[in-house]
Amino acid sequence: MRRSLLFFLPFLLLQCRRQHVETIAVKGSDTELNLVLQLAEAYMEIEPGVSVSITGGGSGVGIAALINGKTDIANSSREINKYEIGMAGNRHIHPESFVFAADALAVIVHPSIQLDSLHLSDLGKIYAGDITDWAQTGAGAGRISLYGRQSNSGTFIYFREKVLHRDFSPDLKQMNGTAQILEAVRNDPGAIGYVGLGYLTDLHGTLREGIRIIRLSDGHGGPAVSPLEKSAVQKGLYPLTRPLYQYTDGFPEGKLREFMEFEKTTAAESIIEKNGYLLPRDAGLAASIR
Amino acid sequence: MNRRFFWDRFFEKALYGAAWVSVMTLAGIFLLLLYNGAQTFISIAPGDFFSFSRWNPAAYDQPTFGIGAMLVSTLLVTAGAMCITIPLGIGTAAFLSEMASPRLRNVLKPAVEMLAAVPSVVIGFLGIVLVAPALAAAFDLPNGLNALNGAILLGIMALPTMVSVTEDAIHAVPGHYKEASYALGANRWETLVHVTLPACKSGILAATMLALGRALGETMTVLMATGNATSLPHGIFDPVRTITATVAIEMGEVPFDTPHFFSLFACALVLFLITLAVNILAERMAARFRKKGQ
Repeated sequence: MRRSLLFFLPFLLLQCRRQHVETIAVKGSDTELNLVLQLAEAYMEIEPGVSVSITGGGSGVGIAALINGKTDIANSSREINKYEIGMAGNRHIHPESFVFAADALAVIVHPSIQLDSLHLSDLGKIYAGDITDWAQTGAGAGRISLYGRQSNSGTFIYFREKVLHRDFSPDLKQMNGTAQILEAVRNDPGAIGYVGLGYLTDLHGTLREGIRIIRLSDGHGGPAVSPLEKSAVQKGLYPLTRPLYQYTDGFPEGKLREFMEFEKTTAAESIIEKNGYLLPRDAGLAASIR
Repeated sequence: MNRRFFWDRFFEKALYGAAWVSVMTLAGIFLLLLYNGAQTFISIAPGDFFSFSRWNPAAYDQPTFGIGAMLVSTLLVTAGAMCITIPLGIGTAAFLSEMASPRLRNVLKPAVEMLAAVPSVVIGFLGIVLVAPALAAAFDLPNGLNALNGAILLGIMALPTMVSVTEDAIHAVPGHYKEASYALGANRWETLVHVTLPACKSGILAATMLALGRALGETMTVLMATGNATSLPHGIFDPVRTITATVAIEMGEVPFDTPHFFSLFACALVLFLITLAVNILAERMAARFRKKGQ
């Protein structure tokens, strides 16, 4: 009996020590998940007294958690909507938005599809279900299979607002996460999907194989641009570039503030770029950040 | 009042209370679902809810709430799972209790039961990386995220329930039934098919119903492996989105006290009523067979 007590003693002591560790809870966007995870790890290395816990679930889930007072930071790849602001107000939560990085949404297809570029409006027709066969786009033949995210994802909403301007086709396969979309597109010869820029490269920054990245042109007569062409993206020529937000309840203070300021340091910026994301100043977003 | 008497009464009451806890919980769940689910119909006509119009609560302009396609999807996947789990389960149980040597049995039975301990998210993962590509290759499909994939995975997940309940039922068949059959010159196969299995019909039925309940309610696996397209499936090779997947996907982000919120409760209520009906039916039939047996 005494022995078993001795055995547990170190754990009890650890338990006591842990209580002095400050925790920051971060929840939301799956697009931001990997990036914020790495930023948090880098932050915890220089600030051992703070523990940052990060969970995904989708932008909607993160914002809902912020409104319900269950997270310190809500990651979101879309802007908070007026409905959510209203609900937050009812619960005396005051969401403040911060843009710490930017993301270009890449449209990918199976490599067997002989398609190089698409107009944004044709992409919309494909995802709305008006175009159902690759023959209609001049890229061989075969039924198009649509892959996208679930409705709790900020990317779902962003893509609909920016590309479709109406509802997705009911045949859209709603995947559980971006990695699943990537995996599905790789295996399905008729597939088209959309993923965040960060998912196109692996940890060493090399491009993933088995997918074809489509160049996009928008309605302003500009050239079709790949999200990998950095200079074009910086000029704002790639149509699917979006800010990545973090929301807090009121202006952050204490450790929370320190963490968010860390995200603006050069160390953090190199992590952001290494993961294939863009710095806000590089994304041609100046106008969209308030 | 003496001490012994007091404690006796005390435990009687305590156990009485314990027995009521599950009943009250069930009633509570039902009332909660009913209270929230019923409010759906303040803003959505029942005719629109129980229709094949698209399930699109987060629509760009006009939300629609048709549960028809999801109901068909749920029934399709569950029926497929039962087609796999019933023959496989009865076969496994019969082999385990009638044919297998004790040594083999001691290995096989825990192995089947361990299957129940595999988390559903792991099974779903295998569905994506293993079953989906295999189905796509076998049936020449563009992808394997469809109803059949879900049915196969659910069939496997329901197997432990099917096997252990069926095996218990086979064990409960009195030994002299089999002895009489052997005495009449029947071999082991004939005895199994014509004597043992018919004698434990009620048990097999109960096993089927329990497995059915398991398959109906499973969420994570189907959510991961069936593609979640909201359109009405036209066959087992179409992607489907079940009621459970819909509730799981959308409950996390839905704003409270909105038509969408209430409609998710209505979905859960529909699912609850289906499983309740299955269970009541199972009880009825099991009771009838029991009477016949006597």
